[in-house]
Amino acid sequence: MTTAPVKPAAPPRLKAKQRPGDRIFSTATVVAGSLILVTLAAVTIFLIAQSIPAFTAQPDDLKGGAENFWAYVGPLVFGTIWAAFLALLIAVPLAIGIALFISHYAPRRLAQGLGYVIDLLAAVPSVVFGLWGITVLAPFVQPFWSTLVDLFGWFPLFAGPVSGTGRTILTVAIVLAVMILPIITALSREIFLQTPKLHEEAALALGATRWEMIRTAVLPFGRPGIVSASMLGLGRALGETMAVAMVLSPQVLISFALLQSTNPTTIAANIALNFPEAHGVGVNVLIATGLILFVITFAVNFIARAIVNRRKAFSGAN
Amino acid sequence: MTTTTTPPTRPAEPIANSLTTGILPKYVPWLLLVTSWVIVGSVFVILMAAGVNENFNVVGAVFFGTALWVIVNYVVSRVYEGPRPAMNRFVTSLVTLAFVIALLPLISLLYTVISNGIPRFDLPFFSESMRNVVGEGGGALHAIVGTLEITGMATLISVPVGLLTAIYLVEYGRGHLARSITFLVDVMTGIPSIVAGLFAFAFFALILNQPGIRFGFGGAVALSVLMIPVVVRSSEEMLKLVPNELREAAYALGVPKWLTIVKVVLPTSIAGITTGVMLAISRVIGETAPLLIIAGFTQSMNYNLFNERMMTLPVFVYTQYANQGTDAQAYLDRAWAGALTLVVIVMALNLVARIVAKVFSPKLGR
Repeated sequence: MTTAPVKPAAPPRLKAKQRPGDRIFSTATVVAGSLILVTLAAVTIFLIAQSIPAFTAQPDDLKGGAENFWAYVGPLVFGTIWAAFLALLIAVPLAIGIALFISHYAPRRLAQGLGYVIDLLAAVPSVVFGLWGITVLAPFVQPFWSTLVDLFGWFPLFAGPVSGTGRTILTVAIVLAVMILPIITALSREIFLQTPKLHEEAALALGATRWEMIRTAVLPFGRPGIVSASMLGLGRALGETMAVAMVLSPQVLISFALLQSTNPTTIAANIALNFPEAHGVGVNVLIATGLILFVITFAVNFIARAIVNRRKAFSGAN
Repeated sequence: MTTTTTPPTRPAEPIANSLTTGILPKYVPWLLLVTSWVIVGSVFVILMAAGVNENFNVVGAVFFGTALWVIVNYVVSRVYEGPRPAMNRFVTSLVTLAFVIALLPLISLLYTVISNGIPRFDLPFFSESMRNVVGEGGGALHAIVGTLEITGMATLISVPVGLLTAIYLVEYGRGHLARSITFLVDVMTGIPSIVAGLFAFAFFALILNQPGIRFGFGGAVALSVLMIPVVVRSSEEMLKLVPNELREAAYALGVPKWLTIVKVVLPTSIAGITTGVMLAISRVIGETAPLLIIAGFTQSMNYNLFNERMMTLPVFVYTQYANQGTDAQAYLDRAWAGALTLVVIVMALNLVARIVAKVFSPKLGR
């Protein structure tokens, strides 16, 4: 449009009439959208503001006689990551199996209903999982754990003495795994269903069995999806509070042993157990551990979402 | 492929169906499964007779029987069908087992909650609070009221903000702001619930300058932090499903954009949005950790969101379990009854949400 060197006598650009209703409405939506950014920023700022006194906390303000804040939070970070890692180890293979079952093995008619059934697991409140874990699961698995210690006690992970109550970190990992199964399953199922039909049919036409078709067409296509689904599950497991707080018999220590009665506790469970009675700097210390949990989960989710966003079209919230 | 001409060669030999030769008949895996259960079961019976175990271990028999079946099935198939189909059968059995294993905790959990919750799932439970109750009796009315008020307030905050954000993302949003909001909403879905509680506590403790603050509204704010991203994501998906033709038809008639959204886009997608909101409510109504921190717990009725501690149902379950008095069974019964109430509420919300989605969704031409 710049070819004509004539004076700017061109008609003024047509502009839609600005109505007050439009202005108000669009501003309202922008404000609501920005509120989300503000909230995230506020979460960070207020947590930091409230946790500053913790970084210089004296030993007598810290439970368990740690020298400074970092010595206090170290075992908690270890416990958080260790429990989440164990849960992931149990949940990921199961979730991939379930997702494959729903997407490729179950009869078409049943598939959606079966998906709902698995989603029901996600709807059960975590405190109910906690109750179930401690009254049903822990007594149920305790004999297995003592057999494991009897047979494989020489292996460091299964070192004795075995816990008499079954309230060990491995039991917690099972509960956590059940809780994160639905999210990993839902995401993996979505991406398995997106596998190009032509790839699958080509594999079958070449004489592949169903498993060979899945191995050559579905799994390579779904690998990034599985990775990010697992990381989102990891994020959930890291922040899960009540189930861990109720099932675990906690200590603040670093230990890899899975079946003993002294277990490393997690940040979230530690906050939930100690917050109601905390006072003074103790509150700030707990908030500071929460800040660290926030940073860890934010990083995990950030990476997972960055991977997901390279392949759009699915999200954990739908 | 019609049978008008019979093949003249070798008529004496029975015609084998080449599609099924070398493949195990369909009943064989089932037969093998039952056989392995019987074998392992009889091993357990012998062990019991020999005095190693006191009673018959059903769980162990089924578990080891199934494990035996996976192996036997593979071996039989490998001998009869060859390695590739054997591998296929092996994976099929593993995948099916994974699904069955996932169902076990769900069934066990529902059974435990119902059977333990029924004894105290009675009228006093829904009509009395825990004020001055030691031991038996009492109820969760104060907790139910608290849950309804806090969740209702959280919904009141989250739905307008979440819906407007979704409208912004779908109808207005372009460029950096929209992209960063989309991304951060996704990241926000992963915030641990306890961090949301700590945030609400830190926020109100600083602003109101009360270092030990506990009140219901803070709980509602904490739940909103968890609920908004869920509402945004689900409403966004629903708004995206509205066909552009509808919007363009409205514009062509000279309808302003905001009226198009309010009168055309939203009514079209209202069923899906309702479903999303109900699922979001069902997700936050069972949250314990944030409410434990910011709303606290109490034994008495409190209708006021803005003053004093407020009990909620999940926290009720937790405190009844964690602080068992002298008559432990009474506390446990109340905890289970509370858990049953929660599960019933959540399942009902889920069910109604699915029905709303199915019945009221617009029939798109596809």
